[in-house]
Amino acid sequence: MGVAAVQLTRLNKYYDQFHVLRNISLQVDPGERVIVCGPSGSGKSTMIRCVNGLESFDDGALQVYGKDVGSPGKTLARLRDDIGMVFQNFNLFPHLTVLENCMLAPVHSKKVPKRDARELAEYYLNRVHIGNQSAKYPGQLSGGQQQRVAIARALCMKPQVMLFDEPTSALDPEMVKEVLDTMVELASDGMTMICVTHEMNFAKQVADRVVFMDQGEIVEVGTPDALFHTPQHERTRQFISQMLG
Amino acid sequence: MEAFDFAAVVQAFPYLMQGLMFSLKLTAFSFAAGIVLGTGLALVRHLDVPVLAPLAAGYIALMRSIPLIMVLFWFFFLIPLLLQWVTGAARPTPIGPVYTAFITFAMFEAAYYAEIIRAGLNSIPKGQYEACRALALPTSRTYGLVILPQALRAISPILLTQTIILFQDTALVYVLSITDLLGAASKLAQRDSRLVEMYLAVAVIYLVICVAASQLVAAIRKRNAQAVLA
Repeated sequence: MGVAAVQLTRLNKYYDQFHVLRNISLQVDPGERVIVCGPSGSGKSTMIRCVNGLESFDDGALQVYGKDVGSPGKTLARLRDDIGMVFQNFNLFPHLTVLENCMLAPVHSKKVPKRDARELAEYYLNRVHIGNQSAKYPGQLSGGQQQRVAIARALCMKPQVMLFDEPTSALDPEMVKEVLDTMVELASDGMTMICVTHEMNFAKQVADRVVFMDQGEIVEVGTPDALFHTPQHERTRQFISQMLG
Repeated sequence: MEAFDFAAVVQAFPYLMQGLMFSLKLTAFSFAAGIVLGTGLALVRHLDVPVLAPLAAGYIALMRSIPLIMVLFWFFFLIPLLLQWVTGAARPTPIGPVYTAFITFAMFEAAYYAEIIRAGLNSIPKGQYEACRALALPTSRTYGLVILPQALRAISPILLTQTIILFQDTALVYVLSITDLLGAASKLAQRDSRLVEMYLAVAVIYLVICVAASQLVAAIRKRNAQAVLA
């Protein structure tokens, strides 16, 4: 068995007295697509933000392809080259064009020559079907277009793992599909993905496993079919019935 | 009452312009040096650099608590004594009024610019910092390429307004007997007994420059409000 893409082992995190992550243990294999769902405040976003070191953790272990992601009490040292992240609010750089947004990190983090970074950026912008907008500024794009640029920007770093933190939650309903379609394509290319989302149909279509979290702990893990149709825990059942109507 | 002598103003114009050039040079230097030093102070405080952050906070508090005219006097009279003590010289080491003016204004304005820039840094959404961290951008690139450009754009109207105030404050070099715009007018007024004409002319020159600069600030505010933002 090869090394896990992401390995969380009894991860614990506290905000003062509040136990926000409780003994989180999860293994994500290379190429696996894991959807994390749960009610607001369940710790989903905090968990994936620990994976790329945007949040520290207080106890336990976290590894990405066998390398330790910081240590308890410390944030990430240097693994973000391998981990791409897409945020709920896109977080594009508003003073840079779409192309410049995508070129910035390869040039200044990975020291890629500008010409190569431009080719890379154009490739991934075309991959998410937004190559014709490369000269525009983020504020001139719709929410769905901005999120696709954000996906391209993360892909330009050639990550081994992509994290999505509620990528469609800030979008108008009519824009959600274009972003999810992009993510489906990405998933079909074999990218390891951990995605926090409330889009259950997307989860059914793409996920290898679905993780249900509540009150800081992993309640249940299973295939989409198992979790959505035969959940084992009452809390999972209640959540699924609310989400699926 | 004597009639207003326009000819005296016309005759005085070249000399007043010399004085104005000094005022503008002092303003330009203090702006440039103040922005550089102020950015450093703001970053040190924003990043909470150990040891340096409290020192920066203390420096800013000191400069913002004391009238500029007092800082000018302190620098002009006390620094020579300090240099004498440090170097062991037999007499105080004079700095001279012009160097005093340039150094003091730059140091004084840096404190005000630092607080404006720090407010600008704090106004940048947390998500911008997180995106930079997620993309593994080094701190220097994060601030140099992403955060500071946005912050400076946002605070540019306030920075320019502070610079207009700086330009007006340059008149204080009068107390060091420097011939800035006000100093030039004062000399001519006393020599030719044309106080009304000279001081009115200076007031009009200040008015024209400051109103023009204020219009520029308003235009920048309007452009920023219309600018596309994510």
